[in-house]
Amino acid sequence: MNYLLAFAVGGALCVAGQLLIDYTSLTPARILTGYVVAGVVLSAAGLYRPLADLAGAGATVPLLGFGHLLAQGVRQAVDTCGLPGIFTGGLTAASGGIAASLVFALLGALVGKSRDQN
Amino acid sequence: MKLQPNEYARMVQRASPPSAVGRDCLWAFFVGGGICLLGEVLRQFFLRWYDAPMAGTLTSIALIFLSAVCTVAGWYQKLAAKAGAGTLVPITGFANSVVSPAVEFKAEGWVPGTGARIFAIAGPVIAYGTAASAAWGVLYWLLGKVG
Repeated sequence: MNYLLAFAVGGALCVAGQLLIDYTSLTPARILTGYVVAGVVLSAAGLYRPLADLAGAGATVPLLGFGHLLAQGVRQAVDTCGLPGIFTGGLTAASGGIAASLVFALLGALVGKSRDQN
Repeated sequence: MKLQPNEYARMVQRASPPSAVGRDCLWAFFVGGGICLLGEVLRQFFLRWYDAPMAGTLTSIALIFLSAVCTVAGWYQKLAAKAGAGTLVPITGFANSVVSPAVEFKAEGWVPGTGARIFAIAGPVIAYGTAASAAWGVLYWLLGKVG
């Protein structure tokens, strides 16, 4: 059941992005940035956690989940160490994904050749 | 002929082929849903040994690794041409946006090429995401002081 929910919720969040591509002139960079900021806002409003509990990776794998991770991290850090937590919590929570992307990108650049994008 | 921006936009719209929105959305749904399903399979696997936050982080790292391999091999771009937001919105799309320029701009040097261009899309995502989370942190802190 949770596999089906992960598939359906994740797919629906991608359809929302596809509608933004088809009906607006937003570039991919703007859509990704918008998704992360929207994830922070939804998480702050308390709406994203129930979705993540329900759909698991269906909610955390789309970039909205990245925003949720940042917001949750800040919240936990403010709980444990007060105001400085607003600076330390977000990137600490998101560090795994960011560091993995950068390290694998550099390794990829070592072994990969640039190619025609089409 | 002098054109207002909105007139020009209308002309571009008339001249471009009609985008098959329904077909795009089906592709986005099945490919995006499939990537999330793979994520859930990985998450359940990692949950055997790790707590929920660490299992989530490991899921992201595993998907990022797979995306990096597919990007370097040139497969991710091929899938993205069909799947649109289905490959853009998941964390694999974020990873693709980091890995792809890292490889592509190697020709301009490791620091000004790869090192700088790696953040072309990740930079704004991380900057605005972090700023939004800090703003939420201030609000949350103030709410704690008042309540």
